[in-house]
Amino acid sequence: MTTETKPGVREVQADDIAAKVAELCQTATHVLPEDVVAGLKRAEQTEKSPLGKQVLIEILENVDIAKREMIPLCQDTGTTVVMVDIGQDVHIVGGDLHEAINRGVSKGYTEGYLRASMVAHPFSSRVNTKDNTPAVVHTEIVPGDEFRITVVPKGGGCENMSRLQIMLPSRGKEGITEVVLRTIEESGGNPCPPLVVGVGVGGSSEYCMLLAKKAITRPVGQQSDDPETAEFERELLTKVNALGVGPQAVGGSNTAIAVNIETYPTHITSLPVAVNLQCHSARSKSATL
Amino acid sequence: MPIVKKDGETRATPPFTDEDIAQLRAGDHVRFYGTIYTARDAAHRRMVQALQERKPLPMDIRGQIIYYVGPTPARPGRVIGSAGPTTSMRLDPFTPALLEQGLKVIIGKGGRGSVVKKALQDNKAVYLLAIGGAGALLSGTIKSMDVIAYEDLGTESIKKLEVEGFPAIVACDMYGGDLLLAGKEAYRDQPALGDYVSVPPAEKAG
Repeated sequence: MTTETKPGVREVQADDIAAKVAELCQTATHVLPEDVVAGLKRAEQTEKSPLGKQVLIEILENVDIAKREMIPLCQDTGTTVVMVDIGQDVHIVGGDLHEAINRGVSKGYTEGYLRASMVAHPFSSRVNTKDNTPAVVHTEIVPGDEFRITVVPKGGGCENMSRLQIMLPSRGKEGITEVVLRTIEESGGNPCPPLVVGVGVGGSSEYCMLLAKKAITRPVGQQSDDPETAEFERELLTKVNALGVGPQAVGGSNTAIAVNIETYPTHITSLPVAVNLQCHSARSKSATL
Repeated sequence: MPIVKKDGETRATPPFTDEDIAQLRAGDHVRFYGTIYTARDAAHRRMVQALQERKPLPMDIRGQIIYYVGPTPARPGRVIGSAGPTTSMRLDPFTPALLEQGLKVIIGKGGRGSVVKKALQDNKAVYLLAIGGAGALLSGTIKSMDVIAYEDLGTESIKKLEVEGFPAIVACDMYGGDLLLAGKEAYRDQPALGDYVSVPPAEKAG
């Protein structure tokens, strides 16, 4: 059956979405974004602990080897988190969006020799689905006619250290600081520091955690547009690095290479705070169709 | 000699005795040569169950090394894929039983609980960190891989690896030394500053 395209509506083929997702899965797991590499290099240059410095040198060496020899940066090629911004003037044709994304993940993980880490039932049989499907998909309708996909392979070690706390509004910045520092200190070496720390503040409980997840995909070194939030990010980064946890928790002056905060208005009674940690292998890759 | 210390680096080749383990201290950088066995969550559950049922383990672990890893599949022509460590804490409930069987060296990432640390001391064994997220680098030190048990577990099966120069750092030694606690104390309040230069708000490379 053919459909007539209405003027002002752009068609995006499901097959093209699947092919692009497959490609992004492979690139994201082998090539670390430049901004992350720059952050790690800066950490290596400023690290005060000799052992911590050695760890950072080997982490940077790993980045080169992964890209050159096409060996995944990390054996945990993650839960495939896929963020899709769909322009409201886009019409997806030729299949179901979620099916297309999962077809892409399956192809990308199978043909790319990536590890399948998803189990079908979370508390019962836990049988591996063998191709890393299903992806965790977040869709957002945005103005325009672009279709933008971001693939974030999210490792279990850091994801398991996530935290959500709904605080009394009176706790303010001090309360947020306490939650962030406690989460990182208690996580120790488990999330593979130096980290990219994603912090969501505000919204509702589920939206707050999504803000934290979005925060980890912001380029390292790019601060919040809001001057007050940007200042809080710098303050928190210094405090996180004063914890002494260091690269791989061997002790050192670089526990994080960035603290990114995303905020949203919230209810008069609430101050939701979510922390989502991203390991030094802060993998993500975007493309526009 | 199973343990050779030279120029600030330690070369270690299993099997190890109590006397070998006594030479390793928290913070030592070690390079391993020879055989390493892999096992993670599902394989540990099966091994400990076997011990409870008084059945033999799939391999003789006396004096040996277990590495917590679930590698990516090998590309054609390669020995193994990316092969970095997984979080050790999850294996804490199973670890003392294996140490009691004579396991001498464990490699993973992150800290260990007090029960495991005491079991390391009681059984004269050590726990080391491999660099988490350095799976491509570590992959290059692995020269052969054979699945020797629990093949149905896929990435979680028990594999016998032969390694040359596999790097790791002693985190918990048999004297109760803990690098993670000592390191954090030593570098507390000495932060790299949070004034990272703000880059233009460019999109991540498409």
